[in-house]
Amino acid sequence: MSATTDQIPEAPVESQESVRRRRAARPKGPRKQLDSTTLIYLVLIVVVAASAVLTGIEGRNFFSQGNVWAVLTAMSVLGLIAIGQTLVILVGSLDLSVPYVVSLATVIAAGGMMGLDSNISAAVVNTLALCAVIGLVMGLLVSLLHVHGFIASLGIGLVVSGYLGTNYQGSHGAAAPDLRLLGRSGIAGWIPTAFIVLLVCAILVTLMLRYTRLGHHVYAIGGNRDVARMSGVRTATPVIVAHVLCSVLAGMAALLLLSRTGVGSPTIGSQGRYDLLSIAAVVLGGTLLAGGKGSVVGTIGGVAIFAVLDNVMGVMQVNPFLKDFVRGLVIVLAVAVYARRSVVRRPPRFGASRPVLPVPSSMGTSTKGDQA
Amino acid sequence: MSATTSVTSSGSTTTGRTLPLTEGSVFQRILRGAVTPGGAVFILAAILFVAVLTANPSFGEPPQLIRFIGRTAPIVIAAMGQYYVIVSGEFDLSMGAVIATQVVIAGNFIGEDESRVLPALVLMFVIGAVVGLINGLATTLLRVPSFIVTLGTMLALGGLVRYMTGGAATGNPVDSFREIGRGTIDDVPVLEVLPYSVIILVVVMAAGVWLMRSPFGRTIIATGDNPDAAALAGAHVWWVKTRAFILSSLSATIAGILLVGYAGVHPSVGAGYEFQAITAVVLGGVVLGGGRGWLLSAAAGAFALELLFSFLNFQEIESTWRPTVQGVIIILAVAAAGRAWSLGRRPSRTSPPAAPAEPAPSPTSARPGTETGEN
Repeated sequence: MSATTDQIPEAPVESQESVRRRRAARPKGPRKQLDSTTLIYLVLIVVVAASAVLTGIEGRNFFSQGNVWAVLTAMSVLGLIAIGQTLVILVGSLDLSVPYVVSLATVIAAGGMMGLDSNISAAVVNTLALCAVIGLVMGLLVSLLHVHGFIASLGIGLVVSGYLGTNYQGSHGAAAPDLRLLGRSGIAGWIPTAFIVLLVCAILVTLMLRYTRLGHHVYAIGGNRDVARMSGVRTATPVIVAHVLCSVLAGMAALLLLSRTGVGSPTIGSQGRYDLLSIAAVVLGGTLLAGGKGSVVGTIGGVAIFAVLDNVMGVMQVNPFLKDFVRGLVIVLAVAVYARRSVVRRPPRFGASRPVLPVPSSMGTSTKGDQA
Repeated sequence: MSATTSVTSSGSTTTGRTLPLTEGSVFQRILRGAVTPGGAVFILAAILFVAVLTANPSFGEPPQLIRFIGRTAPIVIAAMGQYYVIVSGEFDLSMGAVIATQVVIAGNFIGEDESRVLPALVLMFVIGAVVGLINGLATTLLRVPSFIVTLGTMLALGGLVRYMTGGAATGNPVDSFREIGRGTIDDVPVLEVLPYSVIILVVVMAAGVWLMRSPFGRTIIATGDNPDAAALAGAHVWWVKTRAFILSSLSATIAGILLVGYAGVHPSVGAGYEFQAITAVVLGGVVLGGGRGWLLSAAAGAFALELLFSFLNFQEIESTWRPTVQGVIIILAVAAAGRAWSLGRRPSRTSPPAAPAEPAPSPTSARPGTETGEN
């Protein structure tokens, strides 16, 4: 876990020399430095402990069967979207269209199913294919037309939202009973199926990032697109794949949502503010917003923190408007705790002789400074 | 105009050679400027203006036109504020929340008390500056990506405002305060009316142009282009960026004051302004990631966007399709701009043949991927 977050496109076999040099380059502070993934899980443990205490004060048990189920369910939708967002951010792009893709997917899937089990497979395939096409368009815009991911996805999101606003008013269609059953099923009443879907996707994407050529290219391009291109990497493919996967994962998240709500809704995505929250979760999980560094494992930790916070605020019956205030505060504070460290701690890639510039770092700096 | 000149000249003042952008007649320079996205947005705005005019000829009458400019003033001012942040290489997503905060403060603090107008204005500007300061310091000193910092401020401020108002319209500022946004000077020759908002817009624009020509303006572009180089050249990067955030929040404050006149006092006023402003700035050819773009292009981008909306209105296209058209236009404009910057920045034919070997490369050749890949 720590190895991945340290060293970006890690070659499977590393020479003794480079390992030694990398270890030597590590800052030797009096206390052992933690990498951001470990840190995010420590923060998660603190948040869970605090939540357990707060829930206990309210006279409820945080670790009760129902509550664990609720937290894991809450994690699954944002988690799937955040996995896709991690991929897109790792490759140096951004996806602001997810809420609209989610909304579109719910209405298309619900409209396709019309409450009949026999329509499930066709509706699911249709929905995911549509999402893939949307992702493909975005990927092509970003990789071939060189439109910044922020703008490409914002634009596509607007296009989809215009379509939704024009053609759908109010809820639409109905989920098939089997799908709704899936939303209620789980293992031993503790772990919902939705969470298992999330775990499987997280594992698959992690394996892809670690062990396939494509995954290594994702890190390489996110680190520095030009260096990757000059090293012979075809920069278009990973960008397109990342965007397609992100949109498909958003579509899957929409299906999970549909399994819970039962009807498609053209506003469900924007109400959930999945664009900004998923990006926040990714950054909370230690992924550099500039790309090239981070992991899905960290992202899941970030999503878990959000889910636990939401849960405890729900138990304590915090005013819904005040929830946003707390959420915003937590995002900034949590990222502030380790944002600095994770950037500074990055070992010099070409030996220790490279001078370290005392430059105030930020989103922009980390791109240009660290990957130079 | 100032932006490009400064960036280029900082690149090669050492060589002492005439730069392609500073030579030639004024007309040639304008022509050369027009092919960059920063210049092309003026042409886009002009085309859209003509399109609106053909759809509705009365739009071109001076009173109508000046009222349109007055209505557009808040988004133009917001876009100019967003410009400082974007050109310094950051984002400001908190703009909409700041506007909402200011509107609610105006509604609840002033009330029907005439004497409170001035203290309220001072309070609003102080709050605006403090929000900008927090954004800036968290971004530069705590090294949290500005996207996340301002997202946090957006959630926190927005949540707080909604919590305090209960999410509904509350309070109603005295009419004299509302006059700032919707009042007009009557009996002006030719124009008939002159909205205060237009005067404020012109003042803010002039101040902005002056600012971008001052050392601060040069530094902010240098910082956005390459913070490391700017820091090594002696710029206080953290303070430059923090000031950019303060300017952005102050612009949002002014936009909020104007919006009180037009819209009511509701916590949802200003919702979406941040993306609207970013869209306008990007439409103005300003590069996300910083270091390139002109202030007035950002303003022109905001005008182009509003003209587009007016055009769609006159065409009687269903308003629900508005976002779709907006999305398509943004993507097309940015795709075109990505090409144009690289075309406009390539060593021109007038430069000596030794240009490629020059030790001080132009920003484009140093970071060709800026427009697209990074950040």
